[in-house]
Amino acid sequence: MTAWKNFFATRAGIISVGAVIGILAPLLQKLGNPGNMGICVACFDRDIAGGVGLHRGAVVQYIRPEIIGFVLGALLAAYVFKEYRPRAGSAPIVRFILGFFAMIGALVFLGCPWRALFRLAGGDGNAIFGLLGLVAGVWIGTLFFKNGCNLGRNQTTYDSVGWLLPLVMLGFLILMFIFPQIPDKEQSGILFYSVKGPGSQHAPLFISLGIGLVMGVICQRSRFCTMGAIRDLLLFRQIHLLAGVMALLVAAFITNLVLSQFKPGFENQPVAHTMELWNFGGMVLAGLAFALAGGCPGRQLFMAGEGDGDAAVFVLGMIVGAAFAHNFLLASSPKGVGEYGIAATIIGLIVCLGIGFTMRSKN
Amino acid sequence: MNSTVDARGLSCPQPVLLTLETMKKITTGQLIVLVDTDTSKENVLRAAASQGWQEAGVQEQAGEYQITLKKG
Repeated sequence: MTAWKNFFATRAGIISVGAVIGILAPLLQKLGNPGNMGICVACFDRDIAGGVGLHRGAVVQYIRPEIIGFVLGALLAAYVFKEYRPRAGSAPIVRFILGFFAMIGALVFLGCPWRALFRLAGGDGNAIFGLLGLVAGVWIGTLFFKNGCNLGRNQTTYDSVGWLLPLVMLGFLILMFIFPQIPDKEQSGILFYSVKGPGSQHAPLFISLGIGLVMGVICQRSRFCTMGAIRDLLLFRQIHLLAGVMALLVAAFITNLVLSQFKPGFENQPVAHTMELWNFGGMVLAGLAFALAGGCPGRQLFMAGEGDGDAAVFVLGMIVGAAFAHNFLLASSPKGVGEYGIAATIIGLIVCLGIGFTMRSKN
Repeated sequence: MNSTVDARGLSCPQPVLLTLETMKKITTGQLIVLVDTDTSKENVLRAAASQGWQEAGVQEQAGEYQITLKKG
């Protein structure tokens, strides 16, 4: 077990994890998930918000078992390898707001960093602007770090505190069993299920859940983080996490070629728009929020699984942010950015910059 | 010169950032870094190796790690 524990912390370990994700996600797309969206943490959190009726965007409502698997897999790995560390109390309200605006930025672009990579690996050139925005946002975050910005210390807490988000996820799964999807029906009991659009496109439940669990385990072990990859490169000139991210990109590209899912171009890409500036701007906001909060949306789920209550608050902020994004017409669609998406992105940037400037330790 | 960095309770990238800042100040000697997650422990050890510091022991107590690093 120690050998496995050490393996995932090595360069070979992180590359293997990136490659496994890069193969499994396009496979999920082949099995039913939306185009260039084998996995998208932002989109899938948004679908969950819709699935439980927090927003009524009819085309994006489905409780995504992959997200449930991410959290429960990380919890399982943390217990098996004795890394479960219940902790909380590092500026929870700030983390909620960061999660909120990270989601709004991601939905202006239409994807989390994982999906930005999968979009690129599927041939969607618009993803380049999103990835550049992500780098720019994380870079701004590193400037704040160099000037003493941090969200403060957390505290060790009761085991039960770290269980709360995993239990919420388990609750969502149980709800899916109590109110299963009924073909061609928009509602099953209290849950919503899209009958058209991306929310209606999904791999079979148990395959999604199983792959989510596997990813939850290996990502908890390896600390895989897309934002961290960029941050560590810019801040420390370290390429450890970046090696994993590049492995993901290469593996996803090859898998897409094998599965005939690679379609290069800018126009008519699945669940994407061509407004370069806001593909860039949305991800500047998201990247800055991820950087300040210490992890990309996937990493926040894995940390929540290993007992980090602050990461759990970030996740809840993302889910609530997704609900607002659709209720307030902030989210983009293939037609372009939402009616108030640009205004929300600018407000989000001001808020995140305010957090960066004001949360600095004196020494 | 001996120094201690207390990075307990701080999230990424603070433990590595504080460790590297202190390394720049003391350049050689012994540096003790306190962290409370395995992620931070691995990150600090990786950063230390990149700066030519050697691991001189990691002690675990009640879920916290005391990492001793040496150079020169």
